[in-house]
Amino acid sequence: MNKNNKKASPWNSIKVGLLTLVTLVVFAYGFQVTKVNLEELRSERRQESFVRVMRALARPEIFEYDQVEEIVNYPFYTPCPTDASILSPMDSDSSEPYIVVTPACAEPGEVVQVEGFNFAPNTTGPVRFVPGSDLANVVTLGRALAKTDINGNFAISMEIPKRPSEDVQYIRVILRRNIGTPHFTKTAYETWDKIIETVFLALLATVLGTILAIPLSFIAARNLMKTVKSPLTSIALSTLGWPIGMVIGFLAIRWVGNFSFSIGSNVGVNLASIVIAPLLAQFGLRWAMPQVEINNPSQSMRIARLGVILLSVLLGFYAFFQLASLAMSAGNVLRVSLGSFGFLGFFLFQMGDIIAILTPTMGALAAGGTLSSFLGRLGQTSSEKLPAPAIKTLNLILTPAAVAIVFVLVGQLLQWLYQFDTPLYTLWMPLVFGAGLGLLLAIMTKPKESLPIGLVVYSITRTLLNALRSVEALVMAIVFVIAVGIGPFAGTLALGLHTIVSLAKLYSEQVESILSGPLEAIQATGANRLQTIVYAVVPQIVPPYISYTMYRWDINVRMSTIIGFVGGGGIGFLLQQNINLLNYPAASAQMIAIAIVVSLMDYVSSVMREKVV
Amino acid sequence: MLQIRNLTKIYDGGLKALDNVSFDVPDGQFLAVIGLSGSGKSTLLRCINRLIEPTDGQILWNGEDITAASQEEMRRIRRKIGMVFQHFNLVHRSKVITNVLAGRLGYINPAWSLLNRFPKEDIDKAIKQLQRVGIAEKAYQRADELSGGQQQRVGIARALMQDPQIMLADEPVASLDPVLAHSIMSHLEDINKNDGVTVLCSLHFLDLVHRYADRVVALNEGKLVFEGLPKDIDDAKFKEIYGRDAERVG
Repeated sequence: MNKNNKKASPWNSIKVGLLTLVTLVVFAYGFQVTKVNLEELRSERRQESFVRVMRALARPEIFEYDQVEEIVNYPFYTPCPTDASILSPMDSDSSEPYIVVTPACAEPGEVVQVEGFNFAPNTTGPVRFVPGSDLANVVTLGRALAKTDINGNFAISMEIPKRPSEDVQYIRVILRRNIGTPHFTKTAYETWDKIIETVFLALLATVLGTILAIPLSFIAARNLMKTVKSPLTSIALSTLGWPIGMVIGFLAIRWVGNFSFSIGSNVGVNLASIVIAPLLAQFGLRWAMPQVEINNPSQSMRIARLGVILLSVLLGFYAFFQLASLAMSAGNVLRVSLGSFGFLGFFLFQMGDIIAILTPTMGALAAGGTLSSFLGRLGQTSSEKLPAPAIKTLNLILTPAAVAIVFVLVGQLLQWLYQFDTPLYTLWMPLVFGAGLGLLLAIMTKPKESLPIGLVVYSITRTLLNALRSVEALVMAIVFVIAVGIGPFAGTLALGLHTIVSLAKLYSEQVESILSGPLEAIQATGANRLQTIVYAVVPQIVPPYISYTMYRWDINVRMSTIIGFVGGGGIGFLLQQNINLLNYPAASAQMIAIAIVVSLMDYVSSVMREKVV
Repeated sequence: MLQIRNLTKIYDGGLKALDNVSFDVPDGQFLAVIGLSGSGKSTLLRCINRLIEPTDGQILWNGEDITAASQEEMRRIRRKIGMVFQHFNLVHRSKVITNVLAGRLGYINPAWSLLNRFPKEDIDKAIKQLQRVGIAEKAYQRADELSGGQQQRVGIARALMQDPQIMLADEPVASLDPVLAHSIMSHLEDINKNDGVTVLCSLHFLDLVHRYADRVVALNEGKLVFEGLPKDIDDAKFKEIYGRDAERVG
């Protein structure tokens, strides 16, 4: 039926014609803006340079021979001198290599015959004209190439360049000959060093990114977050819990750190602390968190348990600091005593340093999270148990405080970034505005209504991820180069950050596509949210997570080869340098190295993916 | 005693899945829930352990209002209500034993369970439940290596780990061979008769209802249209439950 309606009307033909015309115009404009220029392609100069570069690229500097050179300089006059007696042909009887030029002098631009005798057989090398009368002159002219026969003789013709001079000038023959076995060039060694750096840069960035992307991906998964609903009281309390908990945690851990530091870095004390403190902490945790609990514990029991848990956690952090101190001192010793395996000691030292740096942050985050979830649960319970008017009053107090604190924090961030230095804008206005907004929110929501806070958190996380993901790793590297200096560390951080955001996105899409059946089944057993994730979500996402991580490692290896262009370390730095120096044979060696590593990675990752998934 | 009082569920799209449903289930009864697909059977069962939040009405269990329970209380209530699903809902990539042990998650401390640590007694208990459903030798295989009937038995073992007082079975045999149906149903019967567990089971086949159920409730478009003994479902009642065009099979 459609077919019958579709008549070949003139209007249709016009439409097709117009469409073709528009397409043509679009492409014409495209040619204009991309500066398509075939004239340039045909020009001899371009073709010649192109061929030269391609030939240079085709000779990567990987292997070389040790060479011996035979150099002969022939004094030559152009134009011919008025006093012919100063022309003195070389001594032709000697067993040394010598050359004969006929004629013995010539006008500029004339072609002369150059013959060589007594050279090593089967060698090649350039025949050049050295202008000026200085033999040390680095500028040489001419492109003739000499090649000796089995007897060590050669004969070629060369054009004398237009460099007339009354003084003597020279024709120079350099014949080179390989000796011994081939060995790696300096470029090859440098390339090897940098390619190793590149691979490990990619590895570290991938590991760092994966570890941090996993928890983020759960927050960025719609199906998990959609069901998270809390009453306003709970949301306000947990919002308040984060900053307060983080401050308390940071101070507490800093205190533990200072205490640990004041004990000193005695190895015996360190060792004893590392063994005893975790044992005590584990004992405490086991007592305070029994594996199975049938009945509700009493109030005093709960408080006692909370105390023990806190103490155990502090003990744990103390052990961390002691571990850091031990690792640093042991690392320092090993670095010297292990000789060529000193990098293991260096690693130990750095690990100690990383632990020492990260521990307060971890403590602050842990305390913030704990206080927030504790207060959140308190809010949940109280909004379930208390009468509505009481909840309303609570909301009227808590919500403005929570929103105000968030706004003030944002204000302080802006203050730090832009240095307004006007507390009115960065402190008081956000405070008042936030409190007002919170008040409005508290008035508008019903006291016991559950709000879809999960979706809000999800949206914010997704937005942030998308925004950060759109910043290329190269651009991030520029920022990190400023923060930590030129080198592979900056590249690692940049690639790591980009890996976090892009993997979190990919991972969360996998979480969104899991079967909901097991989720439901695990929930039905009375498991809480975290247990549901560990028992129903995690087993389902392991294969895609591994496969995406491999894929990302792949990308990171490729990215790390060019991150050096902006100072991020790795082989890119070397490649860019050689390209800028027009040292194409060296650049070629690096390109080959990149190609080998990338295709090897491709192969290894596909094999591993098959094995695991 | 489980008492359903004026239970109503309206989904976000406006679909009324349950419409003012009320009935009682005495302890130890085997109750069959019948009705066409989409009549609200699954919604009804999921409202009882609040996998789905009811819009209105109450569910009283031994006098306690399940619909008003807090999240913390819900954890304690849910662990006493086992559930078996039409599609088994096992975690495919986990071992059978892990799937069964998951039934204890409501009891054990969350912090330890995150590390996949279960008490020794629970592991022994899991093996015992697998023996009871006759597949102890499969304990360390991956769940997706099992056949459908075996998977459903793992599902039953998981529910048994909860020491349930109520068992919700959402069409437990609908995606199995009819031959296997009786084997699964007889496990449920055994749990009901020997352990005294109340069973609420939604079913499609009337012969299964006649064979296993003590009592029947029937739903049609969310409304309770029948409540009584299986033998009371005559042709007129049948037409009322399943619609005018339905034919009896089996």
